[in-house]
Amino acid sequence: MSILLIAEHNNKEVRPFTYNAITAASQINEDLHVLVLGHQADDVAKSLSEVPNVKKVFHVDNEIYENYIAENYTSAIIKHAENYSHIVSSANTFGKNLMPRIAALLDTSQVSDIIKVISEDTFLRPIYAGNAFATVKSNDKKKCVTIRPTSFDPADKSGGSAEITKSDPAEASSSTKFLKKEEVKSDRPELGTARIVISGGRGMQNGENFKLISDIADKLNAAIGASRAAVDAGYITNDHQVGQTGKVVVPDLYIAVGISGAIQHLAGMKESKVIVAINKDGEAPIFSVADYGLEADLFEALPQFLSELNKLNTIQK
Amino acid sequence: MKILVAVKRVIDYNVQIRVKEDGSGVVTDNVKMSTNPPDDNAIEEAVKIKEAGKAKEIVAITIGEEKAQETVRKALAVGADRGIHVKVDNVIEPLAVSKILKKIVEKENPDLVFMGKQAIDDDCNQTGQMLAALLNWPQATFASKIEVKDNALEVTREIDEGLETIEVNVPAIVTCDLRLNEPRYASLPNIMKAKKKPIEQINASDLGVDIIPRIEQIKVEEPPKRKAGIKVASVEELVQKLKNEAKVI
Repeated sequence: MSILLIAEHNNKEVRPFTYNAITAASQINEDLHVLVLGHQADDVAKSLSEVPNVKKVFHVDNEIYENYIAENYTSAIIKHAENYSHIVSSANTFGKNLMPRIAALLDTSQVSDIIKVISEDTFLRPIYAGNAFATVKSNDKKKCVTIRPTSFDPADKSGGSAEITKSDPAEASSSTKFLKKEEVKSDRPELGTARIVISGGRGMQNGENFKLISDIADKLNAAIGASRAAVDAGYITNDHQVGQTGKVVVPDLYIAVGISGAIQHLAGMKESKVIVAINKDGEAPIFSVADYGLEADLFEALPQFLSELNKLNTIQK
Repeated sequence: MKILVAVKRVIDYNVQIRVKEDGSGVVTDNVKMSTNPPDDNAIEEAVKIKEAGKAKEIVAITIGEEKAQETVRKALAVGADRGIHVKVDNVIEPLAVSKILKKIVEKENPDLVFMGKQAIDDDCNQTGQMLAALLNWPQATFASKIEVKDNALEVTREIDEGLETIEVNVPAIVTCDLRLNEPRYASLPNIMKAKKKPIEQINASDLGVDIIPRIEQIKVEEPPKRKAGIKVASVEELVQKLKNEAKVI
């Protein structure tokens, strides 16, 4: 039996986490097939066919797949599911929304958000906001698994030549309608895959002060993150939230500014390779996970930080 | 309209989790428990819709051991009209939870089912979507705004790229994000009144659904600890360390 991965894309390009999920999927089973549901997404199917780990691509082209309507996606995936031992996707808002709907119809107990493949039926996954790791074994015949993308390296993108098979759409749901998407466009790297992330918390005091953060982000080619408190207070939009209910990031460098370090925030960033905390409260829990802690007023420290960075001859980007 | 709201009793979000030495799970004895935080948002939203005159009845349901009733009692204190407690003795998986909820939905015939987008204990993020699938209802997950229209909801969803707005026909399932609203606190008189509101008790075994776990929990362990870091005295020192020691900039 083979493994089927559901690709995430925007009809033009493959979304980056799909490549991380491909790595995990091929660790489960090397006979990896990818399903592309989209509208005029030929480029996506072609890109995925060039991934060496991918053995086959199924492409269903129909306008009902232009947006991610889980109901429409599910009926198409169920149609393809029969010959597979595993159905997998990334554990971001795409896969989280979609996979349980598939699992329920296949009468399978889903394994969510795996961070390690132990064998084809046994996986490691974080529970309690990453404060415990559970090793779990799925006894279902068909397994539905979502993959925490940041726990796996992205797969190589070129050198393969998988066959692309076109297939027919399934029925569309009449009870769900896509209205609009408000996508925040930015020239900065994506939060989930950035090498450096600099995040602000409640200590930033307002949205305007995030300019202190964005100036440094520009200098370091970093993505901008935020704690839930900062998002709740309206300083910055929800797509920046790092934490248990936001995004999980594992950058080489994570800089937490004015973030106290609640368990829920740590869940989203404590696997980062190097962590810096800048906070004026020396007792803040964020210091317990920081490699380098600076106890200072961020309004003094951030401008200094920028001017020190400006003094460096070279900065890795 | 009638709204069914599912609530789960979990270890309080402020508690520092401890893993049992024998690797069988986490310590729950003598640990503060409370309602799963986004389930509070689900209750709050239902109450707001009722207060706006767009819903007639709110039924709060929980599935769990005897003490899980506390979460239903809390929902009654902030505005739910009556409660249902489905008793199970062991931890059950989201698939089993959604099968139980399906039975209750068939009995109660609500127009909407609300719940939190994810429980903060197992972090599965599955139940709402599974219930929607089993009922063949539309789903609106990760809701941060809900507008009630004639026989439909317009729901703004928090997604990785930003926000998405969809319209779902009623009946529908909505899973709630933390930013949907600000859950209210129950007033003392309302807590007293809630004690008189009815909670129907049902044994899961009487519902005729398969709730046997499909996933074996082999072991639970502590995550690897980060080694202790250092405090730096100045921004200059920080930048030098990042450049020359950590070599990340």
